[in-house]
Amino acid sequence: MVAVQETVEHVRRIDVDQYRYGFETLIESDKAPKGLSEDTVRFISAKKNEPAWMLEWRLEAYRRWLTMTEPTWARVDYRKIDYQDIYYYAAPKPKKTLSSIDEIDPEILKTYEKLGIPLREVAILEGVEPPPGGEQAPNRKIAVDAVFDSVSVATTFQKELKAAGVIFMPISEAIREHPELVQKYLGTVVPTSDNYFATLNSAVFSDGSFVYVPPGVRCPMELSTYFRINERNTGQFERTLIIADKGSYVSYLEGCTAPQRDENQLHAAVVELVTLDDAEIKYSTVQNWYPGNSEGKGGIYNFVTKRGDCRGKNSKISWTQVETGSAITWKYPSCILRGDNSSGEFYSIAISNGFQQVDSGTKMIHLGKNTSSRIISKGIAAGKSQNTYRGLVSAHRKATGARNYTACDSLLIGDKCGAHTVPYVEAKNSSATFEHEATTSKISEDVLFYCLQRGLSEQQAIGLVVNGFAKDVLQKLPMEFAAEAQKLISISLEGSVG
Amino acid sequence: MTLLEIQDLHVGVDSREIIRGLDLMVNAGEVHAIMGPNGSGKSTLSHVIAGKPGYEVTGGQILFRGEDLLEMEPNERAAKGVFLAFQYPVEIPGVTTMNFLRTALNAQRKARGRGELSTPEFLKKVREVAGSLNITRDMLKRGVNVGFSGGEKKRNEVLQMALFEPSLCILDEIDSGLDIDALRIVASGINGLRSPERTMIVITHYQRLLHYIVPDYVHVMSKGRVVKSGGKELALELEACGYAQFETAA
Ligand SMILES: Nc1ncnc2c1ncn2[C@@H]1O[C@H](COP(=O)(O)OP(=O)(O)O)[C@@H](O)[C@H]1O
Ligand SMILES: [Mg+2]
Repeated sequence: MVAVQETVEHVRRIDVDQYRYGFETLIESDKAPKGLSEDTVRFISAKKNEPAWMLEWRLEAYRRWLTMTEPTWARVDYRKIDYQDIYYYAAPKPKKTLSSIDEIDPEILKTYEKLGIPLREVAILEGVEPPPGGEQAPNRKIAVDAVFDSVSVATTFQKELKAAGVIFMPISEAIREHPELVQKYLGTVVPTSDNYFATLNSAVFSDGSFVYVPPGVRCPMELSTYFRINERNTGQFERTLIIADKGSYVSYLEGCTAPQRDENQLHAAVVELVTLDDAEIKYSTVQNWYPGNSEGKGGIYNFVTKRGDCRGKNSKISWTQVETGSAITWKYPSCILRGDNSSGEFYSIAISNGFQQVDSGTKMIHLGKNTSSRIISKGIAAGKSQNTYRGLVSAHRKATGARNYTACDSLLIGDKCGAHTVPYVEAKNSSATFEHEATTSKISEDVLFYCLQRGLSEQQAIGLVVNGFAKDVLQKLPMEFAAEAQKLISISLEGSVG
Repeated sequence: MTLLEIQDLHVGVDSREIIRGLDLMVNAGEVHAIMGPNGSGKSTLSHVIAGKPGYEVTGGQILFRGEDLLEMEPNERAAKGVFLAFQYPVEIPGVTTMNFLRTALNAQRKARGRGELSTPEFLKKVREVAGSLNITRDMLKRGVNVGFSGGEKKRNEVLQMALFEPSLCILDEIDSGLDIDALRIVASGINGLRSPERTMIVITHYQRLLHYIVPDYVHVMSKGRVVKSGGKELALELEACGYAQFETAA
């Protein structure tokens, strides 16, 4: 039997495509009983030492969820999810309050090291060029919140952020320590009743990040959260809430990975952003969940609700995403342009290979006067994958002077994949100017041959061409993410031809 | 030493035969011109030597230093020293020329068992060659061939030829679309690369180019075959009498 097992492991290793993050960390974990019930919700709430109002909020969401049905409008096709066959809570053991990073299970630290995530308080990127003419640039720092399965294991740079008045902590702690802020904003952008997956998340979310930037403060460093699903049969339901108060600015990065599993795992997150007058949030994601193997087995089901509310005048929210992983992606980071003169941006690179199915895009809801939005979407489909851009741009009756520019480009690699563009436009206001451009192209034989003639391998050539195709969006990423994203794009397209 | 040996080559596209029994022998260090009317199969020949997919070789063989070239992937051929300056260089949006050159050069160096060039070494090398070809820094920052004029594209081909140090250069109508000044710059760039270790096959429709790049041998191609070979004076004869006399011969 041992030999058989070894063979299986060996085959799996060969078969694992190019997913670099597919390792599993062997740690003991503390799980809720399998399945979903009011008891599960109570269990999670109790684990987190939540106040009564939070439990009530969750239970209300849970009861609401029971009355809802899973949406089917997206162009994705997957086996029905058995919501009773999932663990809704898993925490690394032993669980005790950690006062410093040194108390974290070394296995977990090692995991994050393998992922290249700086959990130690190190100033990274010392090689950054100083600004032209300026003296040595201050070392760029990134504060990291790392979420492992259901709990946040470390948040770095707490002290420095505190000095600036920035609150950056696991949302579970924020619920206890800043209940007034959480209560004021939680669920105000994505209401508990918003959609099936968001409602589920509201009932069972376990952790995630909370950020509050006080008025007039420019957050002194990039904030970052890394999500990692480690446990088998476990769902991850994180919840992120970011509030940029008047005249403040914050840039936030989110990265995700998961081990390779033969079974599908559910990830249903909710992210809410709020900008008050003159504030700005820049939110960047590099999503690299396990996409499943070359036969389409396993992989993450990624059903995510991300929405930003430009609540104040002149405020701005910018979403940048690089989506390379997940078996199924269902995700539409959106902006509600409520404040006058507010603006929203959505920059996206969505890559699908193998049997991946991506249905992603954005919604720009223009409510205030003179609001503007910009959408640049680059969809890249390879293998037998399906890649859909779905976008809504709407202008309310009162939203005079609303402007939108949308450019949707799709690139096909090979002839067994599909790219689709589904734009919805609703202008209830004659002063709105909405522009939409869309292109679909294939990597041409001539371009490939030209590259090969110059000595590049087919993989290198595709990586180069695709990175060129996606350049407009890559340039929007913070520097340290851009390099990583470029590599990721090449890796995720390995085996896409021939 | 024989560098390239093509024997009785037959090539078809969509079951139509385009190269119909072609022979060619080229020694190291020589410059051969291939002339012929449009449609005679010159570009097809250059593509087949470089390994472009979509052609069916139905007979014959191509040996490069005695090795079967047709068995190799296009990038292996490039690493072995085969370089093709395209008649119609493609555009690659979003990939800067500089980045492209560096990626390609390092790929070739790696395949030849040499280390990557450091950034300063690379920049020095590129700027040197670019300068001699009147290629501006601005061009190097633009997407590969994107927005380049016909002449700029051809100069960019010669720039790559200089960087990659190939042993066999096939220049497919490097003169097309060039005005006389551009032609001089391109030709002098190419002449500067002539050496006993470097063989060139210069494909052209017109004799004009051969005033600037003087070949050792001239071959006339018609309807997929080499119908006549001779010294450089053959080009002059062609200029005087045209291709018509060979059309019937083929
Ligand atoms: N990909 C192709 N498909 C069909 N016909 C082709 C293709 N490439 C070349 N041909 C035909 O082969 C013949 C030779 O073309 P080509 O090699 O381009 O000639 P030249 O370079 O000498 O002008 C022409 O008749 C051309 O139409
Ligand atoms: Mg030709």
